[in-house]
Amino acid sequence: MAKVTVDGIEVEVPNGSTVLQACEAAGKEIPRFCYHERLSIAGNCRMCLVEIERAPKPVSSCSFPVADNMVVKTDSPMVRNGRRGVMEFLLINHPLDCPICDQGGECDLQDQALGYGMDHSRYKENKRAVKDKDLGPLVKTVMTRCIQCTRCIRFVSEVAGVPDLGATSRGENMEVGTYVERALGSELSGNIIDLCPVGALTSKPYAFTARPWELKKTDGIDVLDAVGTNIRIDSRGPEVLRILPRINNDVNEEWLGDKSRFFVDGLKRRRLDRPWVRRDGRLVPASWAEAFATIAQRLQGVPGERIGAVAGDLCDAESMLALKDLMAALGSANLDCRQDGARLDASRRDFYLFNSSIAGIEEADALLLVGSNPRHEAPVLNARIRKQWLHTNMPLGVIGPAADLTYAATTLGDGPGAISALLDGSHSFAPMLRDAKKPMIVVGQGALRRPDGAAVLAACWKLAAAFGGLSAGWHGFNVLHTAAARVGALDLGFVPGPGGRGFESMLGGRVDVLWLLGADEFDTARIGADTFVVYQGHHGDRGAARADVILPGAAFTEKPGTYVNMEGRVQRGLLAVYPPGQAREDWRIVRAFSEVIGRTLPYNDLPALRKRLEQANPVFARVGFLPRFGAGDESGPAGDPTAMSAAPLAPAVTNYYQTDAITRASPTMAACTEIYVAPTLQAAE
Amino acid sequence: MLSDKDRIFTNLYGQHDWRLAGARARGDWDNTAALLARGRDAIVDEIKASGLRGRGGAGFPTGMKWSFMPKVSDGRPHYLIVNADESEPGTCKDRDIMRHDPHKLVEGCLLASFAMGAHAAYIYIRGEFYNEAVNLQHAIDEAYEAGLIGKNACGSGWDCDVYLHRGAGAYICGEETGLLESLEGKKGMPRLKPPFPAAVGSTVNNVESISVTPTIMRRGASWFEALGRPKNSGTKVFCISGHVNKPCNVEEELGIPLKELIDTYAGGVRGGWDNLLAVIPGGASVPLLPKSICDTVLMDFDSLREVRSGLGTAAVIVMDKSTDLIRAIARLSQFYKHESCGQCTPCREGTGWMMRVMYRMVQGRAEPEEIDILDQVTRQVEGHTICALGDAAAWPIQGLIRHFKPLMLERIAEYKAKHGRPVLPMAAE
Repeated sequence: MAKVTVDGIEVEVPNGSTVLQACEAAGKEIPRFCYHERLSIAGNCRMCLVEIERAPKPVSSCSFPVADNMVVKTDSPMVRNGRRGVMEFLLINHPLDCPICDQGGECDLQDQALGYGMDHSRYKENKRAVKDKDLGPLVKTVMTRCIQCTRCIRFVSEVAGVPDLGATSRGENMEVGTYVERALGSELSGNIIDLCPVGALTSKPYAFTARPWELKKTDGIDVLDAVGTNIRIDSRGPEVLRILPRINNDVNEEWLGDKSRFFVDGLKRRRLDRPWVRRDGRLVPASWAEAFATIAQRLQGVPGERIGAVAGDLCDAESMLALKDLMAALGSANLDCRQDGARLDASRRDFYLFNSSIAGIEEADALLLVGSNPRHEAPVLNARIRKQWLHTNMPLGVIGPAADLTYAATTLGDGPGAISALLDGSHSFAPMLRDAKKPMIVVGQGALRRPDGAAVLAACWKLAAAFGGLSAGWHGFNVLHTAAARVGALDLGFVPGPGGRGFESMLGGRVDVLWLLGADEFDTARIGADTFVVYQGHHGDRGAARADVILPGAAFTEKPGTYVNMEGRVQRGLLAVYPPGQAREDWRIVRAFSEVIGRTLPYNDLPALRKRLEQANPVFARVGFLPRFGAGDESGPAGDPTAMSAAPLAPAVTNYYQTDAITRASPTMAACTEIYVAPTLQAAE
Repeated sequence: MLSDKDRIFTNLYGQHDWRLAGARARGDWDNTAALLARGRDAIVDEIKASGLRGRGGAGFPTGMKWSFMPKVSDGRPHYLIVNADESEPGTCKDRDIMRHDPHKLVEGCLLASFAMGAHAAYIYIRGEFYNEAVNLQHAIDEAYEAGLIGKNACGSGWDCDVYLHRGAGAYICGEETGLLESLEGKKGMPRLKPPFPAAVGSTVNNVESISVTPTIMRRGASWFEALGRPKNSGTKVFCISGHVNKPCNVEEELGIPLKELIDTYAGGVRGGWDNLLAVIPGGASVPLLPKSICDTVLMDFDSLREVRSGLGTAAVIVMDKSTDLIRAIARLSQFYKHESCGQCTPCREGTGWMMRVMYRMVQGRAEPEEIDILDQVTRQVEGHTICALGDAAAWPIQGLIRHFKPLMLERIAEYKAKHGRPVLPMAAE
């Protein structure tokens, strides 16, 4: 520890800390532009200058290491003059177009100019103008505003791991760009908008939409992948205008994937805002009472075993529990949440969790991905893997199709044969796993959706056990989910009860009434022609098109909801805006319907329902906090590890930008798909 | 005046053979093994005792720099890097050393590498020095062939490889950490210090500093130390250019009076000493000196610092009374604006600002108070940047304002008399 005196306040900071960290420990705010806690230190903006006793000139505190008995002054004339000088330099070539700049109101340059700027300009020459760059459909550039802090360059090359951004030219002609103009090839590109301290990089879809002080900020949880990214939903009136990440070091640090940031316009399109009932083969608008009556009428005389329910990927735990209770009241055990056919074993919690935890990736010293492409399935988690790889150069193996994951991963084979080879020790990657103290085996949905998914799951568990991944202090078996609702549903037991039918056996007319709770991710033609389909959800997608009755529900921004992410962390999002039209919160719809058929569910408000959640599974009482467990029991999930087929593994997510009903309704995501996933040929090509 | 027997660079003008045979005839590579046999610490101590100060501009004691190298390697290799990216305007000493006396440098590389426990020396040569690179590479090849460097160099048991790397034409790559970045294949942008390169095993030295070490080792620290003035010892190659009758490079003792230097070797100022207006004594980066100071000033690190200038690279740029001094300094400002790497704010933005104001000053198209603003701007740049390029851009202007402010005011008054009020650029221009 080093003892540092900052403006007369004595603090102790670890050796190797920077002066800036010492100043923060002393409660002194140091202005900065280029410095960012999660990026490498550039030290180029010179705004964080401080005076150190016996140093002849001011030093940049972000890069200067502390020494014992150092005396730092953060508010001396030397410091103030230095910062004023730097601020003047930053402003001489800055366009000062704040009235038409989207960063206005949340701009570091604006804020700090208040403290260190002059009231007039001494610069009488012409200002520099820089040509704007086209970085694709997500990030808008006004490069004249750029102050060359290089945060975006460092983020893209360090965290996102793509070599796309850099600076060309030198001196005052230095420009940030892609050199050959092209769209940024990263799923995390939107974060450079947050990182940019000025208005050089702003959100293209959000351009000129609102000022930050007009927005209501609501804490939410992202549901477009299973990471459970903490988000802030910014809304004005009935509209969600943008989504920003919240800091949660255990989950997303402060990053957010592009899909989860830019899907917003999908919330306003193709919405189900009133009930519909199919009459004579056509869906016609109906009232809630008519819709409920239609369902109740159809349910009459149908035995419990001929009724089924499927939960989709975006559902909150409350609505799933309400639906499960309704099904129980109807005498049905036909429940399933695995509409993609994943052979997940719900019998024990650590069979379907990401047990090492997301933050735990930073302890791993070897990692094996089986049938998973985390870059597309969970980009924020992928950044965590890359971070650990960068710091430790840990060995990484991939079983499945070769893909650019932004880190060097060895492809061990494209089919489960490689798992067998690892198990019998014949594979060259086996020693690397064996040498690891904390190996991670990560199984993706691509490996579990296959007919032999249960075998792959069991084999992966065996792998973790064989290579020391299951110990009292470390649980190295991980399932990487793609659906935000999945773990919550499994925790609630939204799987076939005793004698109940699973997802596959509810199709093809084997049930008479099928209740789809936001389930759109399967081919609805497989539902039997005579099956009466109730679709409860928020977007007019595949499920609604097949429905006989549509019950308009709420999207995740429109209801308070509990979600469990892939590591088993229970998190709650709040209501940001109200559901459109006659749409209602989903659990209320189920509760209301239960009353119509005379089997009233025993909760009238959200606290009562949440009590019931805790009864159903005590984990729901543990909001936000995630205890870490080692592996207590080595016996693996059901499935015969030797029954794996030789077929190559296929990725679970082929189009990162469109994975669900909301993103399929989003024009921005469609534009991304066109550019990144399926580029159409240009005329000149 | 330096006597011929005390000259180190005996082939500075290239009259003799620069190849190995010629170099050997001049005493280079003479029993180098015996020098190495004295041991690593002995060499560092000898250089420390000689009082040699770095010849690249900053004048940091060379022996002390070498002693900063970790004594015991932490597993990472040590490197000697020779800065041959001689780009300072007015400076051309390393160029002559490399084309006419390259073996001095190669032998120096061996001694210095040995002294700091390095098995590899990289010479980063300015890209424009094509012929110099050819000569130097030839000298390196000769030395390899003769077993003087490479495996078991000079039979000493020490392995030392010397590599020549050509730059691509950027002034900033002559800054020691910018050079390292460039050498590593990255964009030539200076690094944050600390850590200083020497503390982590890479020492960057100027060509001249390295080239004089074999002679110091042969003739002894006391000989070198006796030359020049206290704390400014030894000989130095001066590059005299500008309005003199015979521009030249010359090796002289440090501390020689500027007037004597110009009169003796450069044939005097064009039109006589009284025609002198100002001298930039140490390459473009240091403040100029008016004639009144030039009359008496001595040419060494500390004497020039006392008159608020610097020895820099000892490139003496002489300007007689026909010079438009404001325009000359404006041209230097343009140079720094063009060569600023753009990494840190004060230099990136400040160099352009200073240049634009300077060019208005050339015309006199400015207000008198802008001179003070300009001076303030230079002070906002100076000392606030990552590397010394910001200082180098600020100092010439500060020197001009310090000594020739009346000239600038006069220019402004003339312009006003002719045009009424100064015409400032409009936003739409």
